[in-house]
Amino acid sequence: MTGVLRSEWTKLRSVRSTVWTLLAAVALMVGFGLLLAFVSRDLGDEAGLTDATMISLSGSSFASLAVASLGVLVISGEYRTGMIRTTLLAVPGRLRMLTAKVAVFAVTAFAVALAASFAAFFAGQAVLGDKGAALGDPGVLRAVVGAGLLITASGIFGLALGALIRHTPGAIVAMTALIFVLPQMTGMLPGEWGATVRKYFTTNAGDQIVRVEAVDGQLGPWAGFGVYCAWIAVTLVAAAVLLRRRDA
Amino acid sequence: MIDVKSLTKRYGSTVAVDGLSFEVRPGQVTGFLGPNGAGKSTTMRMILGLDRPSEGTALIDGTPYGALRHPLRKVGALLDAKAVHGGRSARDHLLCLAQSNGIPASRVAEVLALTGLTAVARRRVGGFSLGMSQRLGIAAALLGDPEVLLFDEPVNGLDPEGILWIRTLMRDLAAEGRAVFVSSHLMSEMAQTADHLVVIGRGRLIADTSVDEFIGRSSQAYVRVGGPRLPELARVLGGAGTVNGAGTRVEVTPHGDHLRVTGMSAAAVGEAAAGAGLALHELTPVAPSLEAAYMELTQDSAEYTGVRA
Repeated sequence: MTGVLRSEWTKLRSVRSTVWTLLAAVALMVGFGLLLAFVSRDLGDEAGLTDATMISLSGSSFASLAVASLGVLVISGEYRTGMIRTTLLAVPGRLRMLTAKVAVFAVTAFAVALAASFAAFFAGQAVLGDKGAALGDPGVLRAVVGAGLLITASGIFGLALGALIRHTPGAIVAMTALIFVLPQMTGMLPGEWGATVRKYFTTNAGDQIVRVEAVDGQLGPWAGFGVYCAWIAVTLVAAAVLLRRRDA
Repeated sequence: MIDVKSLTKRYGSTVAVDGLSFEVRPGQVTGFLGPNGAGKSTTMRMILGLDRPSEGTALIDGTPYGALRHPLRKVGALLDAKAVHGGRSARDHLLCLAQSNGIPASRVAEVLALTGLTAVARRRVGGFSLGMSQRLGIAAALLGDPEVLLFDEPVNGLDPEGILWIRTLMRDLAAEGRAVFVSSHLMSEMAQTADHLVVIGRGRLIADTSVDEFIGRSSQAYVRVGGPRLPELARVLGGAGTVNGAGTRVEVTPHGDHLRVTGMSAAAVGEAAAGAGLALHELTPVAPSLEAAYMELTQDSAEYTGVRA
């Protein structure tokens, strides 16, 4: 397995899309955090933004999109070029191949996302000054690390969708819809069942981990993140089952 | 050695490969021939564990490909030279394959040198010409120094120099004792490379034989006979325009100056003539080209036959 992991690391580091999408994720994370920090400092209480930690981490959904795009490309790029057949000739155990891909990608994405989260947090708090939060305040460290986890999870979601759909544009559309567009559209669903769907829908649940304090009517930070991970796990299992069954 | 038994692949109601059985032995080049769409690539993908057979098995030295621990050290394959990630350098492409199979990184430099790619090792493979991509694919196939090699249409689209290079390489690999399995729809190509032939049409086995036997067995192999007393000779041989019990057929050529004897060796014709006291002016065994033998065998099985205008 060590060899397969090293092989996947060589693959990941040797294409440009990795560098560009990860740089984009860092830029979005820090950039949005700074932007919102400046806005809320200048507007003061009028902005209605009270969670100083969450303000500085507000780029996490955009960073998630960038990392999830990389997740899609990590596998759909192999299908697009036909490289997947070469990969499977080298590693015929398909689950072994998928596990190594997910592991190497997850570790890389988490390292970058975590660094970006801390950078965004400190930059944002520096702008907010007196109104800012400290890492030692209750729930703050969890939220900052949580942003890194959320972005990484979204990346794995992208990879799972890429493995399932095997087609770059299709998987990018599905990924964007599931982690960005549809979660917002669930706000339009009526009644109590609509509220339930909204609460449990992908990033609506996952985003809770970036909040310092739980919000009424929403899932708690870890419960919400757990629900998001369940969505990803189901997708990943479906992808694994089909990967084993389908002709390459 | 590759051992294929009753291999079958169905896509819905279409049968792409139909109960195929054959062996690919070490120390020789085995040509895998058939018209386009005959099921060659599907068969190769099943041998390599990429496609799942509907029935039957394909084993490499008794083991299914998927169960090989370090498959690249046992089997090298070139399926599609362009099936590489264009953004990666040739070196990184080979390095990731080597790492996955516990092959030392030093071997990457070796196969790059062997295929003449050392100078472009750090260039992105997306910019490679077809000939260079083909060399990279062969470098990947040779990476693990495998005993078994599979090449799917390796000369397609190559210039004469590239074709010659691949042909020599395949001969050399077989001479080193490896089992080399090469598919092609070009008979003439196989005539110059292969020792043994596996011919398929519409997914079925048509012939599994040595190249020499393949030509010899074709009904178009005949003996051209010339002499002063042809009508009598024809009678001795069983009568012009007839087919006797032994399967011998004697025909008079359009100009009437020769006989064309099918199903009888030149020696037998000579003996028969001598026995009857008839002089012969010409006795020539005519072997059809491999191309003709192949066309004859596969004409019924071609998936798409053009309509003659």
